[in-house]
Amino acid sequence: MEALAKIVVKAAEAAADPAAAKNEAAAASAGFAYGLAAIGPGIGIGYIVGKAVEAMARQPEAAGMVRTTMFLGIAFTEALALIGFVVFILLKFA
Amino acid sequence: MNEPNSLFTSQLSGDAPEVAVTRHMLLRGLVAAPVLVLIASFIWGADGAASSAFGCALVMVNFALAAALISTTARISLALMMGAVLFGYLIRLGIIFAAVVLVRNMSWISLPALGCTIIVTHLGLLFWELRHVSASLAYPGLKPTSGGEASTSS
Repeated sequence: MEALAKIVVKAAEAAADPAAAKNEAAAASAGFAYGLAAIGPGIGIGYIVGKAVEAMARQPEAAGMVRTTMFLGIAFTEALALIGFVVFILLKFA
Repeated sequence: MNEPNSLFTSQLSGDAPEVAVTRHMLLRGLVAAPVLVLIASFIWGADGAASSAFGCALVMVNFALAAALISTTARISLALMMGAVLFGYLIRLGIIFAAVVLVRNMSWISLPALGCTIIVTHLGLLFWELRHVSASLAYPGLKPTSGGEASTSS
C-alpha cells in the first residue's frame, strides 16, 4: 500500500514537471542499460577463459598460442561492454 | 597412469605472450594516438583533442592492467588466473567508470569525443594486433618461439 502511494506521488510529480521526470527516467534507463550491457561480456569472458584453461590443461605445449588468442578474445568481448559504457555516458551525462 | 593436472596446482611458467601482445599494442597506440587527437581536434576542437588524449590513455592503461593481471596470476595458478580475469573485468570497468565520472565536469572534457575515442582506439588497436597475431600463426616461420610452457607443481 505504501509502495502504491509512493508511485502515485511520483506520478503526480511527473505530471507537474515532465522535463525533470524525463531526465530522471533517462538516467535510470541508462544505468539499467549499462548493467545489461555488462552481463553479456561477463558471460562471454567466463566462457573464453574456461575453455582456454581447459585447452591449456589438455595441451600444455600450446599454452602460449592459447593465451595469446584468449587475451585477444577477452579484449574483443570487452569492447561490447565499452560500447555499452559509452552509450551510457552519452545518455547520462552529455 | 598419468594423473590429470589440477587447475589449482597447474601454473604457466616462461614468457607471458599477453605482455608481448600488449607491448605491441601500446607501441602502436603511441603511434595512433596523435592521429586520433588530430582528428578529434578537427571535429570537436581543443576540448575534443584533450578528451581524445585522455581516452587513448584510458584504453592503453586498461590493456596494460589486463595483461599484468593475467601474466601475474598465471604464474601462480590457472584457477587464480580465471578468477582474476573475471574480477579484473569488473574492476577495470569500474576504473574506467570512475575515471570518466571524475572528469566529466571538467572544462576541457568533451564526452562524445571521449566515447568515440575509447571505442575506436580499443577496437582499432585490437584489429591491428590481430593482423600481426594471425599472420604469425598462419606462417610458421614467423611464429613466436617464446611461448609460455605449462608445468605442474604439486
